[in-house]
Amino acid sequence: MLNLSLKQLSQKLNDKTFSSQELTEFFLSRIKQYNKDINAFITIDESLSLSMAKMADKKISKGEHKSLTGIPIAQKDIFCAEGWRTTCGSKMLENFVAPYNATVIQNFNDIDAVNLGKTNMDEFAMGSSNETSYFGSVKNPWNLRCVPGGSSGGSAAAVAARLAPAATGTDTGGSIRQPASLCGFTGLKPTYGLVSRYGMIAFASSLDQAGPMAPSAEDCAMLLNTMASHDHKDSTSVDHKKEDYTTNLNRSVQGIRIGIPKEFFGDGMDASVQKIIEEALDKYRKLGAELVDISLPNSDLAIPVYYVIAPAEASSNLSRYDGVRYGYRTKEYDDLMDMYFKTRQEGFGEEVKRRILIGTYVLSAGYYDAYYLKAQKIRRLISDDFKQAFKKCDVIMGPSAPSVAFGSGEKKEDPLAMYLQDIYTISTNLAGLPAMSIPAGLSNNLPVGLQLIGNYFEEGRLLNIAHQFQLGTDWHQKIPKEVS
Amino acid sequence: MTINQDDIKKIAYLARIKISQEESTLLEKKLTGIMDLIDKIQKIDTDSIEPMSHALDINQPLRKDEISELDIRKKTMPLAPEEEDSLFMVPQVIE
Repeated sequence: MLNLSLKQLSQKLNDKTFSSQELTEFFLSRIKQYNKDINAFITIDESLSLSMAKMADKKISKGEHKSLTGIPIAQKDIFCAEGWRTTCGSKMLENFVAPYNATVIQNFNDIDAVNLGKTNMDEFAMGSSNETSYFGSVKNPWNLRCVPGGSSGGSAAAVAARLAPAATGTDTGGSIRQPASLCGFTGLKPTYGLVSRYGMIAFASSLDQAGPMAPSAEDCAMLLNTMASHDHKDSTSVDHKKEDYTTNLNRSVQGIRIGIPKEFFGDGMDASVQKIIEEALDKYRKLGAELVDISLPNSDLAIPVYYVIAPAEASSNLSRYDGVRYGYRTKEYDDLMDMYFKTRQEGFGEEVKRRILIGTYVLSAGYYDAYYLKAQKIRRLISDDFKQAFKKCDVIMGPSAPSVAFGSGEKKEDPLAMYLQDIYTISTNLAGLPAMSIPAGLSNNLPVGLQLIGNYFEEGRLLNIAHQFQLGTDWHQKIPKEVS
Repeated sequence: MTINQDDIKKIAYLARIKISQEESTLLEKKLTGIMDLIDKIQKIDTDSIEPMSHALDINQPLRKDEISELDIRKKTMPLAPEEEDSLFMVPQVIE
């Protein structure tokens, strides 16, 4: 069961080689064995998971099996799941039991997939190392002294250590792709609006997007089939024709044009990462792809623009945590204002407070035009760069992250160094484009991810291009020795 | 752009976050560092550029204003830190 693909698991559940209950028990026992070292999960509820598994087994025995029926999936703790504690990695929501389901969760429930538990994450998805979580940092299964990346670090570690066959994540500036790169599996951030944000705790609403995290592109295609849906409960959900993302996985990549942005291959990338990325590109060349030089001239502005827009939106979104309607409330206070001030001082961690303050500053009277409006204008320049680039190529490739996993604590006290982790991923969130990270090799036994960026709604094409690479490589099937 | 103690006091008030003197001293350096990073955007000429507020320039969809879920109160009120008779309890605001 350990290294079967979702397609294989689905077949074996359907032909009753094993039951969903057995499969769920298998992964729950792996979690029991390894989670104390890795800290990938915040909440495990065996009885809830097993009751879902039994329900799935009933459906299967009645012949009502669908693609992911009975398959246990780890859910990032940013998704509200009715009856499950949903913390978003924060003290603010330490005891919050969600009263309803996020649409992503509902979509999985509708086909009787099993919720295997809620995964650890950077607090309110703000971080690139999973060290800002109130529930402790997550360790990288490839090397427990290293970070798994973030903010979907718990989901990433769970997939890498095969504590779950698949997981969900969210990506505001790289939070699916960077941890997928650092933990050695496949992660996809879809086009903005393809997956509903309803019930997904908001960080930066114009950038947040949920997506699948699993060993292979084929697995991600199956997950995306369930995750993508038009939703009236999310006003930015796009009414896009329902697709089956597994249909075109086997198309040849002969003749596709791969754009290589010169800005992604300059200073800042580790030489060991560059070597592996170039080898991967060479593999594509051998598969018949053509490499084309392109330029994304405003790339260096992506991080500054992001650190205006994301904190601005966060400062607004996080104003709801006031200790009145739900969540944490301080114990002692004199009056209402004192209650707000202390609740938010005690309930939020350092990084979250920093971003709320920056966001408040750039939105405050006298600074709005110079920062927020200016950043929105440059956001369009960044987006236009991609439009120009896609006239010359079908897909853009480069590194997902500038380095392999770094040591725990190494960048924790230096926010600026941490922010640079997302240097190659942020621009696609600003543009709203789909992008993924696939494992391309190991450097000193730590994974390196290749990033693929597609045009709007070209998830099927991206998954196809990734799948073709994975047919000839086995990086996505590698499991860290300590957990195999 | 340098962020000083006065700025921190002002924005912390707007954000309703209590900041201790010790925190404020640490924040001064870190927030200034972040603002220095952000200030790179000031060099760019954006006069003729239309701001982009969303990834896809989509229109806000409209729907009928109909009740879709009843009885949410029963599910949500128990989540409140303090409630009485389905009302949120807060310190007295009006004398």
